Amino acid sequence: MIRFILSRLVKAVFILLAILVFNFLLIHAAPGDPAAVMAGEAGAADEKFLADLRARFGLDQPLYMQLWLYIKGAVQLDLGYSFRQQMPVVEMIGDRLPATLLLTGVAFVLSLVLGVTAGVAASARQGRWGDTLISTFALLFYATPLFWVALMATLVFSVWLEWLPGFGYSTIGAGYTGFAHVLDVAKHLVLPASTLGLFFTAIYMRMTRASMLEVSRLDFVKTARAKGLTRGVIQRRHILRNALLPVITLAGLQAGQIFGGAILTETVFAWPGIGRLMFEAINQRDYNVILGVFYISAAMVLLFNLITDVIYVIVDPRIRLTT
Amino acid sequence: MLNTTKLTAAVLALAIAGPLAAQDGAPKSGGTLNVVIQPEPPSLMIGLVQNGPTQMVGGDIYESLLRYDFDLKPEGQLAESWEISEDGKTYTFKLREGVVFHDGEPFTSADVEFSMDKFLRESHSRMRTYMEHVESIETPDEYTVVFNLKQPFGPFIGIFEPGTAPMIPKHIYEGTDFANNEANNTPIGTGPFKFDEWEKGSFIHLVKNEDYYMEGKPYVDEVYYHVIPDAASRAVAYETGKVDVLPGGSVENFDVARIQAMDNTCITDKGWEYFGPLSWMWVNNDNAPLDDVNVRKAIMHGVDRQFAKDALWNGLGKVSTGPLSSSTRFYDGETPDISYDPEKAKELLESSSYDGETIRILGLPYGETWQRWAEAVKQNLSEIGMTTEIVPSDVAGWNQKVADRDYDLAFTYLYQYGDPALGVSRTYMGDNAAPGSPWNNVANYQNAETDKLFAEAALMASPEERKAAYKEIQDQIVEDVPNIWLLELGFPTIYRCDVKNPVNTAFGVNDGFRDVWLDK
Repeated sequence: MIRFILSRLVKAVFILLAILVFNFLLIHAAPGDPAAVMAGEAGAADEKFLADLRARFGLDQPLYMQLWLYIKGAVQLDLGYSFRQQMPVVEMIGDRLPATLLLTGVAFVLSLVLGVTAGVAASARQGRWGDTLISTFALLFYATPLFWVALMATLVFSVWLEWLPGFGYSTIGAGYTGFAHVLDVAKHLVLPASTLGLFFTAIYMRMTRASMLEVSRLDFVKTARAKGLTRGVIQRRHILRNALLPVITLAGLQAGQIFGGAILTETVFAWPGIGRLMFEAINQRDYNVILGVFYISAAMVLLFNLITDVIYVIVDPRIRLTT
Repeated sequence: MLNTTKLTAAVLALAIAGPLAAQDGAPKSGGTLNVVIQPEPPSLMIGLVQNGPTQMVGGDIYESLLRYDFDLKPEGQLAESWEISEDGKTYTFKLREGVVFHDGEPFTSADVEFSMDKFLRESHSRMRTYMEHVESIETPDEYTVVFNLKQPFGPFIGIFEPGTAPMIPKHIYEGTDFANNEANNTPIGTGPFKFDEWEKGSFIHLVKNEDYYMEGKPYVDEVYYHVIPDAASRAVAYETGKVDVLPGGSVENFDVARIQAMDNTCITDKGWEYFGPLSWMWVNNDNAPLDDVNVRKAIMHGVDRQFAKDALWNGLGKVSTGPLSSSTRFYDGETPDISYDPEKAKELLESSSYDGETIRILGLPYGETWQRWAEAVKQNLSEIGMTTEIVPSDVAGWNQKVADRDYDLAFTYLYQYGDPALGVSRTYMGDNAAPGSPWNNVANYQNAETDKLFAEAALMASPEERKAAYKEIQDQIVEDVPNIWLLELGFPTIYRCDVKNPVNTAFGVNDGFRDVWLDK
């Protein structure tokens, strides 16, 4: 196991490096640079101003030189300086990452728990009205665009019912501490986390349901029934455990993908996370920030894939790890 | 304005008392003001960064020598009085005494000299060009500053506002690398509010400056600027009572009518007089067939600007008559006719060199309204027989395409800073046409006659002479149609009616909330 993990980590380093170079070239291929954007926002700029900015950002250097400097920094975990915010990128990401991890983490757990529970419930009622109801909802959530869900959720729960705050991370200026602060953040978390989690809840539900039904027809389940085990034990220990494998594969994918969804959710709900940071950085061509966020996201995806593989073994000891 | 402008303290007191006398009830102290800020500013150091959001928050923290009323007449801010010599070459400012920076250090003439001569000359691109007219700055005593100009420069009295000439503390910045000074993160000015906290991505918090030099001001205890990236969410923020002020451009235009109808909601389009935001389409005068004046005239007459104003901008703003905004000094409304006339446009197009080429329209990537506008223009032009395509881009791409002259028609809007020499001539002067900037003479308009007049008019001492020169310039430019002028944009400030005095000067909310009080 340790050997497997180590060898995967070594590979991950090379993959990250390749991603880094690829992203760097891709971003610099887009038209526009941060100096022009900043000048644009000021509404005026002379040549000296632009030249000063470019020199300060190192944009006057040839591209291969910029790439070399970037890689040199990146391997020492120095992701450079944000042109725009005048802050080290590592510090910026560090500030924003907890908010994103909280949001995506809650959304992830929420969708996994809800999705699997609903899937199990639906499979147990196959063909009856309970199954139809759950499946219909799942289809609805699956097919509805995220931004629409976000807007409607805000309209209903925030504007009409006034139950939940429509945006932000906490009540600004309230000065809550301790439990009151936790509660406040939790309230703010409800809408973005459920918006972000809805799509995957639907996927887990459908996947669990299908997988449960498939496994329940296998011979060993028949044996278990013949042994006289209770329905609950068969469902939990025999069927679910086997049915979960494809769900885990998907969950591993979601953990990576959820960053993508977070860009939109964070923007609509003014959530101060890295998804938004990246979106703004792209618009402003703040190269170092974009690359930094890509770098961190890529590292996360690799990490989640590794964790998924390890979980496979724990759930199903028949699976062997090969490097 | 006369050659010699001498404002006595009495006149000044009247000007300051003016807005106060107009309102009902005495101002109350206390309370929190919640304002939307969009997008999040890159920095609050207004001397280094000049974009809109920075100026908005920075205007609470920093001050300049003057402020300007809705008619662009100067009022004292850090200057108590000022005098312009007969020949228009010497400007003498008497500073207010007893003003301190937020860290307790006194504000004196040395800070003015340092700000204007060292800091802003280095870091502020607009200021750099204005300061070229200044021969020397003298500080005979702590509260007197004298600017000696090389030659008269009419617009000079119009540059002393916080966004252009913020007063920077000398004791913090002298001898340092301005751009990388640690103090940029904790800005220190003389303004009514002090910087307290900035939680990136969430809010900026300012608190009342207890040592502010105006008795009793500011009235509110603290200001929160809420960072909300999505336009629909900003509307929701107002609707749910989280914010009280939506500065111009915070919400999409189609939301304005709905929000305006809410209880306790006031709206004003004042506070943009100094900026005079004028929108137009750049025309690439270098490329056939747009190098043909008849093609440009056909487009000018073929675009229905009244429709754009009514349908896309909610009736806000004004249809433009030419290169100057009507709030800019020396505006002349009697320029040649450029009104919507599709029949005339078709005739002009018939007699022109246009033979069906596809014209590329570069929209402005600033939200829905601008996208719709590009589509409306496409529709208008197809009605007069032109083939067009809309080129999509994001902000950075737009900047580059315009700077590289890679466009046929490109939407834009620019500020005029109250005076044609400050905000208009840059768009039409022939020697300001080199590619590389999206804000100079992008159309590459070349006319030796107007060039000469622009150069002369900026340096005339007499306002009457300047007026005559700018009249001639406006007539000539409108005749040549180097650009397609669209609308004088009307950006509404929406606020709860119990927020009193959010907009007091030609700078609107950028001027700081020194006079704001809450009636609740």
